[in-house]
Amino acid sequence: MEKTLNNKAWFMVLPVLFIVALNAIVPLMTVVNYSVQDTFGNNVFFFEGTRWFTEVLHSGRFHASLQRQFLFTFTILVIEIPLGVAIALTMPRRGFWASVCLVLMALPLLIPWNVVGAMWNIYALPDIGLLGYGLNWLGFNYDYTQQPTAAWFTVILMDVWHWTSLVVLLAYAGLRSIDDNYYRAAQIDGASRWAVFRHIQLPKMKHVLTIAILLRFMDSFMIYTEPFVLTGGGPGNATTVLSIDLVKAALGEFNLGVAAAMSIIYFLMTLLVCWLFYTIIMQGEKE
Amino acid sequence: MRLHRWLVPTLYIIFLMLPIYWLLNMSFKTTNEILGGFSWFPANFTIASYVKILTDPTWYNGYINSIIYVGLNTVISVSFALPAAYAFSRYRFLGDKHLFFWLLTNRMAPPAVFALPFLQLYSALGLFDSHLAVALAHCLFNIPLAVWILEGFISGVPREIDETAYLDGYSFPRFFTKIFMPLIGSGIGVTAFFCFMFSWVELLLAKTLTSVEAKPIAAVMTRTASTSGYELGLLAAAGVLTIIPGAIVIYFVRNYIAKGFAMGRV
Repeated sequence: MEKTLNNKAWFMVLPVLFIVALNAIVPLMTVVNYSVQDTFGNNVFFFEGTRWFTEVLHSGRFHASLQRQFLFTFTILVIEIPLGVAIALTMPRRGFWASVCLVLMALPLLIPWNVVGAMWNIYALPDIGLLGYGLNWLGFNYDYTQQPTAAWFTVILMDVWHWTSLVVLLAYAGLRSIDDNYYRAAQIDGASRWAVFRHIQLPKMKHVLTIAILLRFMDSFMIYTEPFVLTGGGPGNATTVLSIDLVKAALGEFNLGVAAAMSIIYFLMTLLVCWLFYTIIMQGEKE
Repeated sequence: MRLHRWLVPTLYIIFLMLPIYWLLNMSFKTTNEILGGFSWFPANFTIASYVKILTDPTWYNGYINSIIYVGLNTVISVSFALPAAYAFSRYRFLGDKHLFFWLLTNRMAPPAVFALPFLQLYSALGLFDSHLAVALAHCLFNIPLAVWILEGFISGVPREIDETAYLDGYSFPRFFTKIFMPLIGSGIGVTAFFCFMFSWVELLLAKTLTSVEAKPIAAVMTRTASTSGYELGLLAAAGVLTIIPGAIVIYFVRNYIAKGFAMGRV
C-alpha cells in the first residue's frame, strides 16, 4: 500500500511536536548548558568547555557504574526474554484460564515503582521477609543489606518479577496471531515440537520480540526507583547503576557540571543503541 | 504432558503472587507485630491501617491527586497522538521518518536526567505543584508510545475505507470521529491502558514537580516513612491500595490486551 505524498500532514503532527518539544528540547538544552559551565553559586556561571566531559570519561567511578549498568541490563535480558517466551508458549491459548493468567501476570506491571522497591525491601529481609527468611531456612547465608552478591541477586530477581510479564504479554499476542491451520498442517506433516516452534511460532513472534527487547533495554538502562528504594545503591556501591550514580552526583553532591555531562553521554549511548534497533525493525518490515 | 504444560505458568504465577501476598499479610498486622518476627498470617488481624488511610485527608488526597494527573495525561496523550499517528500511517511528508525516530528517542530519555531541568521549566511556566504539570511532563514518554502503538493499529485498517468515506461526502473531521475512531476502538483502549500504566507507575518526575497541592501518593508514603518513624503496617496498606486501580484497569482491558497486540503491529 503506497502512502501518498502530502506535506499538509504536518499540521496533524504539529500538536504532538509542540508538546514533546516543550518537554524534550528545553530540558535537554538546560542540561547541555550545565555540561559546559561551572558555578560557585549565586547563578554566576563560567564557561568550562569540554572539561566535565573529559573528567567523566576518565573517571573510574563512571566506568564502574557503566559496567554495572551493562551487566545488569545484559543479565535481565538473558533471563527475561527466554523465560517470557517459555511462559507464553505454555500458558492456555484462549478461554477463561487465559484471561485469569493475563490478569494475574499483568499485575506487577501496574504497581508504582517505589512500591515495588519498598515491597521487595521487606520481602527480602532475612528476619521478617518471606524470601530472606526462606533462603536462610534453606541453609543459605543470605542478607542483601550486607552482602554485595546477595544485593545483586535481589535486584535481578526483583526486575525479573517486575518485568517478565511484559515479555509474556507481547509474546502471547504474537502467538495469538497464528492461525490454527498452521498447527493442523504441522500435525499432519508430523512436525516435532521444536520444528513447530522454530518454523511457525518464532517467525510470528519476531516482531513483538524485537519490541520486547527494545523496551526492556531502554527501561532497564534507565532504571532508578526500584533499586534505589531496595538497596539505595549499596551495600557500598555494589548496586549503584548509572541513574543512581547520576542523581547522587546531581542532587547529593551538587556537581551539576559532572552530572550534566554524564547525562549527555548516557543519553547518546541509549540513542545509539535505539537507532540500531530502529534500523533493524524498519529493515524487517520492508522484507 | 498435560501436567507439564500447567506447571510453568502456575509456578510463575505463584512466584508473582508471593511478594504481593506478603504485602497484604503485613497490611493487616500492626507495626509492632511486623517487626516482632516472621509469621505467615497476622496474629491480631487489624484493619486499622486501612481505616487511617481512608479517613485521613493527607493520605487519601494523595490517591486523588495521582488519579487526576494520570487521567489527564491519558486523555492528552491519546487525543494528541491520534491525528499524528494517522498522518504517519497514511501520508509521506517532509522529514516524516526522522520525526518518527526523534519522537521515539524521547521514550528513551531517562527521567533521572530530566528531573532537575523539568523543575526549572515548570516553575518558570508557573505550573509547579499542579496536576497539569505532571500530566504534561509524563507526555514526554507517553505521547511517543501512543503514536507508536496507534500507528500500528491505523496501518491495519485498509485505506479503501478512507477513500469510500470521502466519495460518500464525509468531511475529514466527521469521517475521523464517526467512522474511523470506532474502527480502531480496541487500539485506543490498548493505548489508553499503556498511557495509564506508565503514568501511574512513574514517580520520580511526579514527586519532583509537586509539593503540596498535587502531591502523588508515593510522596505521601515516603514522607510518612521518614517523619513518624517506620509505620510499616500503614505503608503496606498504602502499597496494597496503589495496586487496586491498576488491577481494575487490567480487568477491563484483559481481552483487548491480547486482541489489540495481535491486530496492531506492536
